[in-house]
Amino acid sequence: MEGSILSSILFATIVAGTPLIIVALGQLIAEKSGVLNLGAEGMMSMGAIAGFAISFETGSVWLGVLGGMAAGALMSYLFAVVVLTLMGNQVATGLALSILGVGLSAFIGKPYESEILPTIEAIRIPLLADIPIIGEPLFAQQSLVYFSWALFGAIVWFLYRSRPGLVLRAVGESPSSAHSIGYPVIRIRYMATIFGGAMAGIGGAFLSVFYTPLWVEGMVAGRGWIAIALVVFATWRPFRVMVGAYLFGGVMVAQLFVQGSGLEINIPSQFLSSLPYLATIIVLVIISRDQNTVRLNAPVSLGQPYRPDA
Amino acid sequence: MALTKIINKLAIVALLGALSGAGMAADNVGFVYVSPIGDAGWTYQHDLGRLQLEKETGVTTSYVENVPEGPDAERVIREMAKRGDKVVFATSFGFMNYALKVSKTFRKTAFVHATGYKLGKNMGLVNARFYEGRYLTGVIAGEMTKSNVLGYVAAFPIPEVMQGINAFIQGARSVNPKAELRVIWVNSWFDPGKERQAALTLLSQEADVITHHTDSTAVVQAAEDQGKYAFGYHSDMSKYGPKAHLTATTHHWGDYYVKTVKEVQAGTWKPTSVWGGYAEGMIRLAPLNKAIPADLQNRIREMEKQMTAGKLHPFAGPVVDQSGKTIVPAGQNMTDEQLNAMNYYVQGVVSKVPN
Amino acid sequence: MLRLERRPEASHLMSYASPAIAILLMLIGGLFLFAFLGKNPIEGFKVFFINPISDLWGVSELLLKATPLMLIAVGLAIGFRANVWNIGAEGQLIVGGIAASAVALHFQESEGAHVLILMIIAGCIGGMLWAAIPAFLKTRFNTNEILVSLMLVYVAQLLVSWLVHGPMMDPDGFNFPQSAMFEDSALLPLVFDDGSRVNLAFVFAIGALLAGYVFMFRSFAGFQMQVAGFAKDAARYAGFSARRMIWIGLLAGGAMAGLAGMAEVSGPMGQITDQVSSGYGFAAIIVAFVARLNPVGIFFASLLMALLYLGGEQAQQYMNLPSSISLVFQGMLLLFLLGSDVFINYRLRWKREVAA
Repeated sequence: MEGSILSSILFATIVAGTPLIIVALGQLIAEKSGVLNLGAEGMMSMGAIAGFAISFETGSVWLGVLGGMAAGALMSYLFAVVVLTLMGNQVATGLALSILGVGLSAFIGKPYESEILPTIEAIRIPLLADIPIIGEPLFAQQSLVYFSWALFGAIVWFLYRSRPGLVLRAVGESPSSAHSIGYPVIRIRYMATIFGGAMAGIGGAFLSVFYTPLWVEGMVAGRGWIAIALVVFATWRPFRVMVGAYLFGGVMVAQLFVQGSGLEINIPSQFLSSLPYLATIIVLVIISRDQNTVRLNAPVSLGQPYRPDA
Repeated sequence: MALTKIINKLAIVALLGALSGAGMAADNVGFVYVSPIGDAGWTYQHDLGRLQLEKETGVTTSYVENVPEGPDAERVIREMAKRGDKVVFATSFGFMNYALKVSKTFRKTAFVHATGYKLGKNMGLVNARFYEGRYLTGVIAGEMTKSNVLGYVAAFPIPEVMQGINAFIQGARSVNPKAELRVIWVNSWFDPGKERQAALTLLSQEADVITHHTDSTAVVQAAEDQGKYAFGYHSDMSKYGPKAHLTATTHHWGDYYVKTVKEVQAGTWKPTSVWGGYAEGMIRLAPLNKAIPADLQNRIREMEKQMTAGKLHPFAGPVVDQSGKTIVPAGQNMTDEQLNAMNYYVQGVVSKVPN
Repeated sequence: MLRLERRPEASHLMSYASPAIAILLMLIGGLFLFAFLGKNPIEGFKVFFINPISDLWGVSELLLKATPLMLIAVGLAIGFRANVWNIGAEGQLIVGGIAASAVALHFQESEGAHVLILMIIAGCIGGMLWAAIPAFLKTRFNTNEILVSLMLVYVAQLLVSWLVHGPMMDPDGFNFPQSAMFEDSALLPLVFDDGSRVNLAFVFAIGALLAGYVFMFRSFAGFQMQVAGFAKDAARYAGFSARRMIWIGLLAGGAMAGLAGMAEVSGPMGQITDQVSSGYGFAAIIVAFVARLNPVGIFFASLLMALLYLGGEQAQQYMNLPSSISLVFQGMLLLFLLGSDVFINYRLRWKREVAA
C-alpha cells in the first residue's frame, strides 16, 4: 500500500513534468543561440489548440502532435522575423507573442470547447513495467513521456558531442566572433528559435491531447512561463532542466497527495505553490553573483540583438 | 454645406443608435455569465434556463459570457440596464457588489443575483439547495463503494461547497457507516489539468467513487479512464464518462427565470431571497446509470419523493463535526442560518479544512 | 532584390510614423479577421471601435480603463529608457493594492482624508517594495531583472489569493474569498457627478504623465538615463552611476504600478479580491512601447488600449465574438509596431544580386 502510493506520486510527478521538459528543452536551445523568447505561453496555447483541433478532426493523435508542433513553429517564426530580421526588442516581442497566442488560441478554440478526445493508452514496456514502485512510473507511460526522454538524450548529444551544437553555443557566446569565422549567425538563430517554438507547440499539444484531454481557454495556465523560469533555474543545462521539471511537477503533485491523505499541515497551499518561483529567483542569484559563474552558465549574448553589417 | 454636415451627423447618430440597440425588443432580459457557456457546467445550466425563458415567455434575451468578477462586470451589467433590459440576471457570486451598485442607479430594472447574500430594493437573490442532491449521490456512493473511500475535488471552502461535501458524506454514512471521504482543494473553479490531477490522486489513494465541486468535466473523465465511478455536478456529464458517471446533481433555473420575468411583466415582482431545492424543482438528479442496482434505484426515487415533500433533510440531527462536537442534536434539522455559516467538516471526512 | 540597409542616421520621421503604421496594420488585420470570421468587416469595425465611445458614459469608461495603463506605462517608460526591463508591473500593482487595502481595512472606523492619503502612500510603497527586490538583486548580484520581476508576479498573485482567503477575508462575508467593502473615507472621490466611475486616479495619471515628461526631458537624471539607454559605455565613461539608474528605473515603475493597484481597490472595486490583477501590468508594457516611451504618446496609447478592451466586450455582446478578440488585437498591435520599428534605423533598398 505504501509502495503503491509512492508509485502513484512518482507517476503523477513524471506526467506533470513532461510538458515542462519538452518546452524548456526547446527554449534552452533557442537561448543557447542567444535568443530569449518570452512567448512560450502563447506558443504552447497555439500548440494546444492546433493539436486538439487536428486530432479531433482527423482522429489521428500523431497528426495532432505534428499540427501542434507546426503551430508552435509558425509562432516562433513570426517572432524570429520580428526579432532577427527586423531587430525588434526581444522582451517586448516575446510578450506580444504570448498575448497574441493566448488570445488567438481562445479564439480558434471556441468551437472545440465542449469536445473530448479519447484517452490515449499508456505504452507498457513488458517486464520492466512490472518492477515494483518504479515500474509503472518509468515504463508504463504515454508515448510523449518517452519522447521527452529521447529529446533530452538528443539534446545532450547535440550540444556537447556534435559539431553543430558547438557552433550553436559559439553563436550564443559571441555572435560577432562566430560571424567573423564565417558562421551564418542569423540563420542559426532562426533555426534555434523555430526549434524552440516547435517544442513549445508539442508541449501544448501534450496538455490538450494527452494530459486532460480536452481544450479549454487558458488551459496552459502559466506553464509556458514556468518553462522559461525552468531554463534559468537549470542554468541552461539539459540535465538540470529534467531535474527541475520533476521538482516543479513534484511540488504540485505532493500538495494534492498531502491534502488527500488528511495529514495536518498548516502551511497555506499558496505558499507551497510559490516555491518554484522563489527557488528560481534564488538560483538566479546564485549563478549571477560574479562574472565567472555567469559566463560559465548563461549564454553571454542572451537577449542581445545582433546584425552583421555586411 | 452646413446642411450636409448636419445630415451626416444625424446619419451617424441613427446608425450608432441602431447598432447599440441591435435586435433588442421592448422586453429584453440580460444574462451575465462568469465563464463560457460550453457544453456542461455552471453557466451551461443557467443558459438552459435562459433558453427555456425565451421559449415559454417569448421575451428576447441576450447574454455576455466570460465576464471577469471585477470592475468590468459593472460595465456589462450597466450596459444591459442602460439599454432598457427589463430584468438582469447576474449569475456568479463575484458580481454581487457590482450588480447591487448598478441596481441603485436603475431603479426600474429588476436585478437578480445568484448565490450572493445582499438583497437590494430592486435586487433579488436566488440560490439552490445543491446539498440535497449531494446527499442522494452520497447514498449511492455509500452503497457502490468497495474500498469505503470516497473522493471529492473542491474549489474554495465557502459554505456552499462545504454543504455539498458534508451532505455527501452524511448520505454515504447513512447507509455505510464505514465510508470515509477524502477532499482535495484545487483553489480554482476551473483548471482541468489540476482537477484531473487531483482526481487521479484521490483514485490512487483508494477512493473508488469520486465527485467534484469545480466547473469542468475532468474529474468524470479521469474516473472513466481509471475504471472507477464518479458523479457529475451542475450538468449531466454522462457523455464524458458513460461507464463512470453514476448520476449528477443538476441545477434547473428555468422555472425560476420564467416566474420572475412573468412577475416583472405583471408588475407584481418583489425582490426576495429564494433558496430552492427539490421542492421547487431547482435540484434534480441526472438519469441513473445502469450500474446502480434496481433496488437502490428504487430507494433513491423514494428518497427523492420524501425530499420533495420536505420529510428528508440531509442535515437531520444528529450532525457531529470532525472534532466530535454535536452541531445538531437528534430530532432537529439544521437551520438555514447554520447552513450558511458552515465552515467545518462533519464526521467521516478524513481531510482537514484548509487554513 | 529588396534589402535592408542601415540608415546613416536614425529616422526621426519613422520613429513617429511607425506607431501610426502599426495601428493601421492592426486595423487592416482586424478587418481581415472579421471577414474571416464571416462578419461584416465594416460593421465589426463600428461595433469594436466606435460603439464603446458613442456616448459620454462610454467615454468615461474609456478613461477609467485607461487610467491604470497610463500610470503604469509612464513609470515603466522611465526604466525602459535606461534599458531597465521591469516586466513585473502586474505583481507590483497587486502588492500596491494589498498595501492600500491593509490601510483601508485598518482604518475602517475612521473618517477624514488621512485614510486616503495613507492608502496612496501605502500603495506606492507596496509597489516600490516589490520592485526593490529585482533592483536589489540586480545591483547586488547582477541577476536578470526581467526574470526576477516576472517570477514575482506569480508570487504576488499567490500572496493576494492567500490574503483574501485568510487574513483579509471579510469576517461577515460567509467565507467568500474577498475583503469587506471599504468605508466611503477609503474610496477615491469621483471626478464627475454624472454617475460615471472616473475617479481622482485619473487626475493622478495626468499628473504622473506631466511629471514623467519633466523628468525625462527636463531633468539631468532623466538625461542620464536616456544616455545610458542609448550608449552604455558612453554613460559609464561620463561617470553616470548604473546602479542609481537601475534603482530609479525599477522604483519609478513599482511606485506607479502600486498606485494603480491602490486606485483599483479604492476606485471601481471598493474592496480587494484576487481579481485585483486583470492584466494591466502586462498591457502597460505594450502601451509604453506603442507610445515610444513618451508620456504624450502614453496618454493616447492608453486610450487606444482601453478601447481594445471595451471593443472586445461590445464585439461579444453584439456580434457574438469571443472576448479574447481584445488580446488578438493587442498582440497584433505590438508585433506590427516592433516590426515596423526597424525602419527607424534601416531602410529598404533595391539591390541587384552581385554575381560572385
